[in-house]
Amino acid sequence: MIAQEVKMESNNFSRVNPQLFSLWVGMASIVMLFGAMTSAYIVKKGAGNWLEFSVPSVFYISTAVIVLSSVTMHAARNAFRRSQEGAYKFLILATFILGLAFLVLQYQGWSQLYGNGVDLKTNVAGSFFYLITWFHAAHILGGIGALLASVINAYSLKFKVTDHRKNRVEMLTHYWHFVDVLWVYLLIFLIYIK
Amino acid sequence: MIQTESKYQADVLIEEQGFDDHFHDHHHGDKYQTGFIGHYVFSMDHKVIARQFLITGMIWAIIGAAMSVIFRLQLGFPEENLLWIKPLLGKWIEVTDGVGKLSPEFYYALVTMHGTILVFFVLTAGLSGTFSNLLIPLQIGARDMASPFLNMLSYWFFFLAGIIMFYSLFLNTGPFSGGWTAYPPLSALPQASTGSASGMTLWLVSLTLFVVSVLLGGINYITTVLNLRTKGMSLFRMPLTIWAFFVTAILGLLSFPVLASGFFMLIFDRSLGTSFYLSDIFIGGQALDRVGGSPILYQHLFWFLGHPEVYIIILPAMGIVSEVLAVHSRKPIFGYRAMVFSILAIGFLSFIVWAHHMFMSGVNPFISNFFVFFTLIIAIPSAVKVFNWITTLYGGNIRLNTAMLFAIGFISMFISGGLTGIFLGNSSIDIQMHDTYFVVAHFHIVMGVAAFFGMFAGIYHWYPKMYGRFMNETIGKVHFWGTMLCAYLIFWPMHYIGMAGVPRRYYSFDTFDAFKQFSDMNKFITVAAIVAFFVQLLFVLNFFYSIWKGKKMTKQNPYDATTLEWTTPIEPIHGNWPGKIPSVHRWAYDYNKDQREYVPQYIPLEEGEVGDH
Repeated sequence: MIAQEVKMESNNFSRVNPQLFSLWVGMASIVMLFGAMTSAYIVKKGAGNWLEFSVPSVFYISTAVIVLSSVTMHAARNAFRRSQEGAYKFLILATFILGLAFLVLQYQGWSQLYGNGVDLKTNVAGSFFYLITWFHAAHILGGIGALLASVINAYSLKFKVTDHRKNRVEMLTHYWHFVDVLWVYLLIFLIYIK
Repeated sequence: MIQTESKYQADVLIEEQGFDDHFHDHHHGDKYQTGFIGHYVFSMDHKVIARQFLITGMIWAIIGAAMSVIFRLQLGFPEENLLWIKPLLGKWIEVTDGVGKLSPEFYYALVTMHGTILVFFVLTAGLSGTFSNLLIPLQIGARDMASPFLNMLSYWFFFLAGIIMFYSLFLNTGPFSGGWTAYPPLSALPQASTGSASGMTLWLVSLTLFVVSVLLGGINYITTVLNLRTKGMSLFRMPLTIWAFFVTAILGLLSFPVLASGFFMLIFDRSLGTSFYLSDIFIGGQALDRVGGSPILYQHLFWFLGHPEVYIIILPAMGIVSEVLAVHSRKPIFGYRAMVFSILAIGFLSFIVWAHHMFMSGVNPFISNFFVFFTLIIAIPSAVKVFNWITTLYGGNIRLNTAMLFAIGFISMFISGGLTGIFLGNSSIDIQMHDTYFVVAHFHIVMGVAAFFGMFAGIYHWYPKMYGRFMNETIGKVHFWGTMLCAYLIFWPMHYIGMAGVPRRYYSFDTFDAFKQFSDMNKFITVAAIVAFFVQLLFVLNFFYSIWKGKKMTKQNPYDATTLEWTTPIEPIHGNWPGKIPSVHRWAYDYNKDQREYVPQYIPLEEGEVGDH
């Protein structure tokens, strides 16, 4: 039905790969999405009727996990560029598993918070907390989807370092670092502005 | 040197001077998307996608305009029997004693849908979607968009958004009816009005999909402009159209996600029982137990998109007008760099003026001062642009074709509508003017009619590039004069009604002694609106007639223009240029330079010639 997509190669007068650049532009719009949510949070908090509560302790563990996964992701990227097949396969799988572990821990965190009596509806502070962390988890889920594709490719395709694949690994690495940094920002925000 | 154009001169020069990107070496050649579905439906060619956006936008424009005619009938002739539209509107025409009347609920739904459709589907997708897609690759010398696949998705998300919105028109409870801005609590509580039930749910789903479409398109436009320009096409050699589309895409990319987050919170309020926007609400004397939120919060999030949105609508029109004026005045655009910096300044300022839509919402008057200040500053880059357009016309060798007429009409509309903006930008005058027909007149002239004029100028001008034929000039001129006249006849009187304090969105003024006296003026406006609607149908006829029967384009560069889109073959091909892509040696506005009538961008500088501007 749909013929093959024409691959748009960058002209040799531009330095960045257009697909990687598109990803960065897309990440700018994600920054605006969370920027809007966190500024709405600040505005609403200033208007009063705000429940103060602490970030569930499980979130500190999940933060350690997601930071660690960023490290393994970066190592996987380096291994791929150096054509180290074994290291790459192991590291990309590790990143994928750590990503899943992050989501499981987030779920634990939400349950802990709910157990402490902070639910979605009662106070807007709680609504904001769940809204922001859920939407972050959704963006992690997108990254996990891409990681899953990479894991399947890594274990099913013949290992070959091509420009095309290098670019894909590069894009995945950038996105994964992005959602990691985004989480660290959100956590610090939620700890200090409550 | 290039006084008379030989048919193949451009091609020969591009083969000699152009840049070889080896596009055709590893290409599927003639087999690329040759089937009907691949070529016309799920196309990934930017020129086809542009036309898909245009025609879909036109269909929505007809629907949206027809809605305005129906609610204008109610405003102009409230006593009239509307039984004759019952076959179309069904139960929304309420019949008592054989006299049909438009139901008030549906009146509000029509007003809401008219706004939503025109702002988002026609003037955002139909305008920016069409011309960014058509012109960005052609004018910067690219084979296609950076990602043709995302580009295709962008159209289909828009299409899906349209289908869902269209479906909502036929709901038993009607489409959403709380105004196109969808303020809570009307939008947050399904029990608030009939339209707030399923109609609002579909409205939200539709517009969320629309945001996805805008983001996918915007990512592509920005990446393409920054990464795929041909050799020699520096940023300051780009035509102003490209600058306008580029800044428009940035505005969309930064502001639509904010709207999306506002929508997500609204969805939470509607479906999950949160209270982001709800507080102290009484329904039928009973206090609602959902408290602690703030409806003003939604207004902030909405207008943080909403204000850049009006520039998302008007900037592409400005870019198109700049290009059309220069080509048909046979003069370089006056103050090119000033034009670019005005676009950038308008883009920047558009993000810090949103609360001027909220002066009367109870925001702190001190904060209002800040927004008044920046709102009035926007007058400066806008005035710079108007001055430069008029100066471009001055002393030009003007061709008064339809495209040019609409471009000049745009300037007229932009001045008239812009001036009333200075009134409304002042928070103290806004106390009297807010939510009156003065506001309606202001924004319809400055971003409705003006943006349409820019769009029409673009359609008439680039029609040969889209369909290989010209539109009929005689019908075009009737279309222009009819539209120009009717636009002023509709909106000029509205200023007076508004100054007298007549509020917008009211179903009927019969019971208000202060507003009854304007019934003749309302009749007059309605008649003008009906005439305007039929004049637009002339355009639609002309458009479709000309696709098959219009005068054929026989020259590659029929307007003797300088930009690269006129170096592509008359029969459009995939990849735009048959061989190499042209390389660029000068800016886009070398008209009447050194005794040469025009010098296209791909012509190298002669010895001793000073390039650019």
